[in-house]
Amino acid sequence: MEDATAISTDQVAHVALLARIELTADEIEHYTGHLARVLEHARELEDLDLADVPPLAHPYPLRNVFRDDVASPPVDRDEVLAQAPAASGGQFEVPPVLGEEA
Amino acid sequence: MNAARAIAADVRTGTRRATDVLEEFLGRIEAHDGDVHAFNAVTAERARATAAAIDAAVDEGRNPGPLAGVPVAFKDNLCTRGVATTCSSRMLEGWQPPYDATVVQTMTAAGAVMIGKTNLDEFAMGSSTEHSAFGPTRNPYDLARVPGGSSGGSAAAVAAGFAPLALGSDTGGSIRQPASLCGIVGIKPTYGRVSRFGLVAFASSFDQIGPFATDVADAALALGVISGHDPADSTSIPAAVPDFEAALERSVEGLRVGVVSELTGSGRNDAAVGGGALGDAAGEVLDGIDADVTERVFEAADALADAGATVGRVSVPAVTYGLTAYYLIALAEASSNLARYDGTRYGLRVEGADVEEMNRMTRRAGFGDEVKARIMLGTFALSAGYYDAYYGKAQRVRMLTRRDFDAAYADFDVLLSPTSPCVAFRFGERADPMTMYRCDTCTIPSNLSGDPAMSVPFGTGAEDLPVGVQVMAPALGEETMLAVAAALERAAPPLPKPQLVEGAAT
Repeated sequence: MEDATAISTDQVAHVALLARIELTADEIEHYTGHLARVLEHARELEDLDLADVPPLAHPYPLRNVFRDDVASPPVDRDEVLAQAPAASGGQFEVPPVLGEEA
Repeated sequence: MNAARAIAADVRTGTRRATDVLEEFLGRIEAHDGDVHAFNAVTAERARATAAAIDAAVDEGRNPGPLAGVPVAFKDNLCTRGVATTCSSRMLEGWQPPYDATVVQTMTAAGAVMIGKTNLDEFAMGSSTEHSAFGPTRNPYDLARVPGGSSGGSAAAVAAGFAPLALGSDTGGSIRQPASLCGIVGIKPTYGRVSRFGLVAFASSFDQIGPFATDVADAALALGVISGHDPADSTSIPAAVPDFEAALERSVEGLRVGVVSELTGSGRNDAAVGGGALGDAAGEVLDGIDADVTERVFEAADALADAGATVGRVSVPAVTYGLTAYYLIALAEASSNLARYDGTRYGLRVEGADVEEMNRMTRRAGFGDEVKARIMLGTFALSAGYYDAYYGKAQRVRMLTRRDFDAAYADFDVLLSPTSPCVAFRFGERADPMTMYRCDTCTIPSNLSGDPAMSVPFGTGAEDLPVGVQVMAPALGEETMLAVAAALERAAPPLPKPQLVEGAAT
């Protein structure tokens, strides 16, 4: 690893958990190197004095984008559910969420 | 004559049949896409039905529209109802969207014929198409080299003559850079000029759809078709759509053209341009921009000066921090946008004991290496304790970029730079992530600012490979940008034909 201080394997393991990506120990090692190389370059921003510069989140100033409160036809439910990995009773089907029996 | 506007004119007047035009392009795909791999899917049967309907309309005396019978290739991150839209990812393999992207609707309504869906770096994350889950696309100029990316399939399709027009998406250069590497024209319009509805999101504050074409006039024609306000995209700009084709006739006489110092520093510091001197490069000059490329930019500036423009150097200092700021913001947005791939509503699911394990195993199996790395980088940049140092700081640099461009546009009408720091490179040559990210050094600033920018072929560099010059303009300044691009096109030395065409037996 080129820069052990930019990000540690423990931090990558934590980030992988937050991002819901299952990784093996070897893969965590691999991504730690990858992320460290990129984050090392992010340090070039550290020296910039940006205290008086406001953040810019969106390139073109548009405000209060509303439409009339009129219902329009939705996409077809059956067409949507036909593309889901599992569906039943007109709903998406998922494994147990709270640990109860399926 | 296989330019889009010639095809459309011929089909409208009945001189050529849309079905015949289509078969010609399908034949080229059949003969050569095995080598190029521009397409994830060729939608031949559907295209034949569309073309037949257009011929029928012409027979009945109706006008099928400005793109009558023109085959068009769509990047495979643009939703097409009932036609698989994969983003070149295992995650969405086989997924059929329940609606068409707005640009697919407008192109179709204008008479275009969808010929297929083109390859990309997975979820548009890359600059070479090497990160496609379905294998890379190869550059028609040299099959051992990349076509650029992420819209490499769309660029290669147009360069190889598989379609006269294609659409792609540009988050950090993904239209302009492959256009440059493949010797064609590519436009990133002003953010909000073209509806993003139905474009699978990567980084929503940067993503913008635009056209690829073999010349500026065809690109302008396609841009006019897809531009305009869309109630389905709250970020689309409610501005009138100008006549982009008319803008091509405008003279560049008296226009003020600024060559961006930070992106062209190596090269002629004392070159005579239009009878005057460009002067020394001011400010910091970025490393890694090849001299064969910057030399073409100076020649392009010379050509504009010859046509009556006033040419000078301009410094846009924040460009030097743009790459870092862009990646922090783009990956933060990506980590949020790609959270939706959780095995529940569409695409891949890998079963697990509970819903979280299902999420984790699905995302392990569905995402490729680069996508996983980028999601984790973005998650890290947004996580507690790091948000201010990374994401927050990057957003402030984005404001600096905006201000630097505003200052530059106070003195200049358009800016010039290379599109790509280098000509098409070989597969595997840029394996290190930062080396690959640097492909976007010249294109990223316009994504940070949201301003329009385009790539125009202008001669060749190393190995006689195409070089693209980037023309940048202020927000909603596409007409001036196109006028300058058209002037460059008139002055550009002729490009060699792609290897594919020369070697073509059929």
